[in-house]
Amino acid sequence: MSNAAHPSTLVEQLKGGLDAPICLTWELTYACNLACVHCLSSSGRRDSRELTTAEAKAVLDELHDLQVFYINIGGGEPMIRRDFFELVEYAIGRGIGVKFSTNGAFIDAAKARRLASMEYLDIQISLDGVDATTNDAVRGGGSHATAIRAMGHLSDAGFGPFKISVVVTRHNVDQLDEFKALADAYGAQLRVTRLRPSGRGADSWHDLHPTNTQQRQIYDWLLAHGDDVLTGDSFFHLNALGEESDAGSLPGLNMCGAGRVVCLIDPIGDVYACPFVIHDEFRAGSVRDDGGFGAVWTESELFAELRRPQSAGACASCGSYDACQGGCMAAKFFTGIPLDGPDPECVVGHGEQAMRAATADLPRPAMDHSAPARQPGPPERVPVAIGRR
Amino acid sequence: MLDRRLALHPRVALRPEPFGALAYHYDTRRLVFLKHPDVVRVVRALSDHATLADTLVACAIDEHRWPSFQSALTSLYESEMLCEQRRAPVDAG
Repeated sequence: MSNAAHPSTLVEQLKGGLDAPICLTWELTYACNLACVHCLSSSGRRDSRELTTAEAKAVLDELHDLQVFYINIGGGEPMIRRDFFELVEYAIGRGIGVKFSTNGAFIDAAKARRLASMEYLDIQISLDGVDATTNDAVRGGGSHATAIRAMGHLSDAGFGPFKISVVVTRHNVDQLDEFKALADAYGAQLRVTRLRPSGRGADSWHDLHPTNTQQRQIYDWLLAHGDDVLTGDSFFHLNALGEESDAGSLPGLNMCGAGRVVCLIDPIGDVYACPFVIHDEFRAGSVRDDGGFGAVWTESELFAELRRPQSAGACASCGSYDACQGGCMAAKFFTGIPLDGPDPECVVGHGEQAMRAATADLPRPAMDHSAPARQPGPPERVPVAIGRR
Repeated sequence: MLDRRLALHPRVALRPEPFGALAYHYDTRRLVFLKHPDVVRVVRALSDHATLADTLVACAIDEHRWPSFQSALTSLYESEMLCEQRRAPVDAG
């Protein structure tokens, strides 16, 4: 995003909320063929209360009337829904651009051609390691090969610049240059986003989130790559590093957009402040309520609260607050830090202390759609080549 | 810039906002904030007039503000939110 005028006053206005979101995330289903350890929505099994095709189309009609320019579709794995193409085509037909995130498992040559023929459609293939070992440790066995195969199909079908979407972890942070080279090789665009302790990520975050030294590494890398790499503006907490070195801010809006300019619609129609806070405390309502999505957006008390000026709280005395804005609300919430406290990955180092002071009972994600763990069955026959190293 | 024949790009949609408008380009996927209602008025009126200067006059923009409008519209043109007019403008008087 860019703006043609004074950013600070614009940001102040955006913090007060808009009549409709700039964009919103819509998780179409909790069903997923994978079980990534950092899944924001703890997806796996379909929820029987999932919005019907007719309900989903009614929401799209409303988003059209509200002039929401584009939606980010995710899941679960959105392509599992049988009406996936019907809904995407319906959205595009109503002038709503679609960006959707997928693990690529359902993109074969024919589907790739169908996707390539559609206008206003962007695809993000999730990949969390340039090699199978790094990726599959997080996203599950075989998921690297699946993603690469899908990228090949999209490339063969002439889809154009799809996106490769990477959640930056402790284990792939050294691969940023290689991810960029991989994207370049496909004529694709690289998108890197921040790991959140949300969903199943609540359990894996402590092992996966970048170290303090790596935060600096990410910041420097992002500064060097500027607008070439998409971030969903998710690394604004790192801007505090610019304060000390005077290196400046990362591109994008330096603010939390939750309930102000973005929100989440989950598969059963519940509206949350953002994709990273699927928890009752951040549930604003449902598209199934009277008044639909529009009423939730404009009348929810939660969103009204998020649009009021926020206290800097414990961070008020820190010189970096203007730069980092206290960081990510969801990251604080799921690590037990008060919402006016520091980000758990505060680059000045206040996060560690705040986490230690946090209560023993951390908030748990609202719902868990994880597939039941597989029972250990008879050992699979694996072809083994003896003697090879 | 002042004598250019400009128009809003046909793939750009404007959404009115209290601060001005959001402009979204469906081809480039670029989102831009038009941060003053007067900029929005001028952008919307471009295709009704032969040149940017004519548009500024028609929108009653004070001449001392023209340089800031020139730079704002140049940046919009460079990011393809604006384009050259394709047809002769309708004479709006």
